[in-house]
Amino acid sequence: MPDGPGLELIMAELNRVRPEAVVDATYDREQAALVVDPDAILEVLAWLRDTPGQEYTFLSSLHAADYLPAEPRFAVHYELLNRDRYERLRVKALLADPASPSSSTTSPLPEIDSCIELFPTADFQEREAYDFFGIVFRGHPDLRRMFMPEDYGGHPQRRDFPIGGEPVIFTRDEVENPGWWQ
Amino acid sequence: MEIERQKLRVHSSLEQPGSPEELRARQLKARDMLRGDLEGADLDAYVEERVMTTTLEKILNVARANSIFPATFGLACCAIEMMSTVSPRYDIARFGAEAFRASPRQADLIILSGRVSVKMAPVVRRIYDQMLEPKWAISMGACSSSGGMFANYAVVQGADKFMPVDVHVPGCPPRPEALMYGFNKLQRKIMGNPDPGWRTRYNATGTEEWARGGSGSKPSEEALDAYRKAREVLDA
Repeated sequence: MPDGPGLELIMAELNRVRPEAVVDATYDREQAALVVDPDAILEVLAWLRDTPGQEYTFLSSLHAADYLPAEPRFAVHYELLNRDRYERLRVKALLADPASPSSSTTSPLPEIDSCIELFPTADFQEREAYDFFGIVFRGHPDLRRMFMPEDYGGHPQRRDFPIGGEPVIFTRDEVENPGWWQ
Repeated sequence: MEIERQKLRVHSSLEQPGSPEELRARQLKARDMLRGDLEGADLDAYVEERVMTTTLEKILNVARANSIFPATFGLACCAIEMMSTVSPRYDIARFGAEAFRASPRQADLIILSGRVSVKMAPVVRRIYDQMLEPKWAISMGACSSSGGMFANYAVVQGADKFMPVDVHVPGCPPRPEALMYGFNKLQRKIMGNPDPGWRTRYNATGTEEWARGGSGSKPSEEALDAYRKAREVLDA
C-alpha cells in the first residue's frame, strides 16, 4: 500500500508522463486511490503495470459503480495488486452519463477503453460491468451480457432501475386492505 | 420314493374308478366342502366384505400415486432438504418415490427446490416439457412459490407463471416432513382427481406429446377414440 506521500509521488510521475492523466488522489483509511481521466485509463494502467518500482501486475478486481445523483454518475474501479510488496492501489475512472441532458455526446451508454490487452482477466469482469451498469468497453472482443438473459432489457444494477418483484400484502396490512385475501 | 407314491395312489378314493353312484356321492361331498356354512343374504354380505370391485382407471391411479419417479433436479438450498427427504432418516421410499431419475424422460414428478431465476425459467420449462405424461410438479419453498425473499429483477415471482404446479409447499426451506406432507397431498390428488384441467387453464390443449410430434407419433384411431371416451366420462 503506498502511503500518502507515495501516492502523491505516483500522481506527480503519472502527470509528468501524460499531462492531466490523474485528476485526484485520495488516501483514506489506509486505502490509496487515484481518480484518473477516463481517456487516459490505458496509459495509466500500463504505466502502473510496467514501470520498475511500481509493477502492479495483477488486476484483482474490476467493477463499476453508479453514484446517482452525483455528477459524473458512473465509475469504473480497477483494484491493482503488487504481489511482491503486497501493495494495493485503486484506480477510479469517472464517467458521465451520456443520457443526461447536460451531456454533449450522442452515444446512449457511457464508454471507456477496454483493458483486456493489459489484463486478460478483465474479460468477464468487463462483461459483468456492461451487463449490470451498461458501460461499454471499447475494444472488448466479445461484449455480451454476462449473467442476465441475452434479451433482457435495461441494466439492473443502476440506481434508477426499478427493484422488481411484486407487492406482498401481509396480515398487518389488514387495517388498510380489508379482505385482501379474497 | 416311487414305491411310497404307488401306495398313496391305491389308498386315494379319487383315483379309484367307480360306478355312477359313487361319482354322484363324490360330487355332493365336494359341493358341501366348497359351500361353507353361509347361505343366502349372509353369503352376499360375506362376499361384499371381502371383495372389492373398481375400475381400471382408479386402480391405475393408485398404482401411479404409489410409484412416483421424481426428477433429479435441484435449484438451490431447498434441494438439500429434498436430498435429506430421500435419506434413510426421513425415507420417502415409504411412499414409493425414492428412485430419483437422472433424465426427465424417465421422471413423472419435478420438485422445484429453490428460486427460479429469470435465466433459469426457460430451462425449467424445457425440462418440464420433456417429461412424459402423466406428469406433476411440486413447488417447494417460498422462493419458487412466490419469489420469497428475492423480490428483485433476477428471480421469477412464482414458478406457476411459466409452468403448471400441482402442490405448493410453504417454508424457507420446508423441512423434509413438510415436503413429504406435500407429496402425500399430491398422491391424494392423483388418486382422487388425476386431471385438474391445467391444459384448459393454461390454454395448452394440443400440446400433448403425441399431438406435437408429427405424423410418426400420432396415436391410433382406437387410442384416440378411447381417449375421447375417457374425457367424456371424466368431464361428466
